[in-house]
Amino acid sequence: MISLSKIRREFQVGDEQVLALRDVDLTIKTGEYVSIMGPSGSGKSTLLNIIGLLDRPDKGSYLLEEEDMTDLDDRQQAELRRHKIGFVFQFFHLVPRMTAADNIELPMMLSGLEPKERKDRVHAALASFGLSNRANHRPDQLSGGQRQRVAIARATIMEPHILLADEPTGNLDRVSGQEVIDIIEALNQKNITLIMVTHDPELGRRAGRRINMLDGRIDSDG
Amino acid sequence: MKITDITKFAFRAATGYPTRTLLMLLAMAIGVGSVVLLSTLGDGARRYVIGQFSSLGTNLLIVLPGRSETVGGPPPLLGITPRDLTIADAMALHRSSAIRYVAPIAVGAAPVSRGGRTREVTILGSTPQLYQVRQLTMDKGRFLPEIDPSRGAPVCVLGHETKRELFGNDQAVGELIRIGDWRFRVIGVLSAKGESIGLDIADIVIVPVASAQSIFNTTSLFRIMVEAVNRDAIPRAKKHIARIIRERHDGDDDITIISQDAVLATFDKIFTALTLTVASIASISLAVAGILIMNVMLIAVSQRRSEVGLLKAVGAPAGQILLLFLAESAVLSAIGAVFGLILAAIATFILSRVFPDFPLATPLWSLWAGVGVAVVTGVLFGVMPARRAARLDPVQSLSRR
Repeated sequence: MISLSKIRREFQVGDEQVLALRDVDLTIKTGEYVSIMGPSGSGKSTLLNIIGLLDRPDKGSYLLEEEDMTDLDDRQQAELRRHKIGFVFQFFHLVPRMTAADNIELPMMLSGLEPKERKDRVHAALASFGLSNRANHRPDQLSGGQRQRVAIARATIMEPHILLADEPTGNLDRVSGQEVIDIIEALNQKNITLIMVTHDPELGRRAGRRINMLDGRIDSDG
Repeated sequence: MKITDITKFAFRAATGYPTRTLLMLLAMAIGVGSVVLLSTLGDGARRYVIGQFSSLGTNLLIVLPGRSETVGGPPPLLGITPRDLTIADAMALHRSSAIRYVAPIAVGAAPVSRGGRTREVTILGSTPQLYQVRQLTMDKGRFLPEIDPSRGAPVCVLGHETKRELFGNDQAVGELIRIGDWRFRVIGVLSAKGESIGLDIADIVIVPVASAQSIFNTTSLFRIMVEAVNRDAIPRAKKHIARIIRERHDGDDDITIISQDAVLATFDKIFTALTLTVASIASISLAVAGILIMNVMLIAVSQRRSEVGLLKAVGAPAGQILLLFLAESAVLSAIGAVFGLILAAIATFILSRVFPDFPLATPLWSLWAGVGVAVVTGVLFGVMPARRAARLDPVQSLSRR
């Protein structure tokens, strides 16, 4: 359960104060499939970053599973990102020098899991995302769709409750984009809350709940 | 996060960008290499000098005319000149039970000729006991004969080099040579032992001490070399020498007695200080390498902004990112240090081939110091870039490709 109330986020751009989010109220239930759409600069990515604890609101309160997020320190937020939240980005953000398997292993390495368990989980993830024969390839040896699948495997390896996807198909062709959508929707079926920011209206319509943003406000929700 | 994972991650990050890593390793390697090599050279110089002194003989005391220490009391207004040491002084030392050998020394240079060849050579006047005191060895013939030290004899022993220059490959023992206006018969040739501090034993002619005094027209000695019966007897021998000479010199303490130990200890100190100084100077290059590490790590941080953003997104707190980047510069400097050690080993090997007589041995402390300073430098200069990485805003870092 995600509960935002009166969330405000301001940015300083040059001399100008830009209000990215104007007192946003939003509640998302566990297991929901939410798409966030809107023109550029409407605040959708900022909203996603605040939900993902990558950014802090200037005002307002954010409850994640009944716990107040706004006054947690960096270490506690990192801990929550590690265990409860998975990110999928438009540009994949794989570490270029690491193999697919190592990229997937990264969050488990950071949290200090035993190498044995890490290996098993990576193995399982590679198999379930159809990447078994790509385990030792570096990102530049993978296709766009494969890269995004590696990124999703990495985002879900710690079994998060929430998956945040920022334009996950924005950099993919139609076919691989569809594959990726199928994968993350399948994850949503397993009761992972899925929040997806997208420009693509067709993609946005697939979600059970569609949020439209305009000028830092929720324009429509339903 | 496990320490092995940190190391592995840092190592991979370090080797993931070969060009910058190689440049950085080169700088570190030169720094560490020069610290190790220069301390090796410094320590080699120390060993060389100590070795030279040791070859003077063991349990050695040197008696010099004149006093080099102040003993208090009124200043010498009357202009006391120290009495010369004489052969009789030297022979009187035999009275001490703490003394085994006494070798009076008279030194000068004189032209030595044989046939058409003339050479200016150091002439050393002494007694048969010089043989034991200086631990000489004979190549041919015998050393000076046991005769009354106050009387000369027209016999001489040649150093190895002198023999070669005067006689070439010819037989020397039994032949006559001319020293100044005097004729001497060669009775022996020293084996090639090399150099002893201040005196080239190879390029020398040894004659009975009284003969040397006649050649140089003097009655005084350059010094007296004394060997105590053993190491424990050295202080007793010193006391005896001082007392015997004082009795003979009307109660004046006008000699200086140097023990080999004291000389060795002094030289040891001087050369150790010198080695440390040189090593410290070399470590300046490590500081330069450290600044290079900082530079390269700063570039690495800005190149890898999105990686840092990602690490934060998958749950790395700022402290962990700081640790990862610090580990990376530590790993880089450690690898650089290892290369430096290899570099130093190669240079030492080459030097030992070029100068086989010079005792080159790398002191163990310099290895630890070189590597330790390198890693500490790497970490210190890595702090600033690592902090910068840890402070990066994840949203901004991830917004770029």
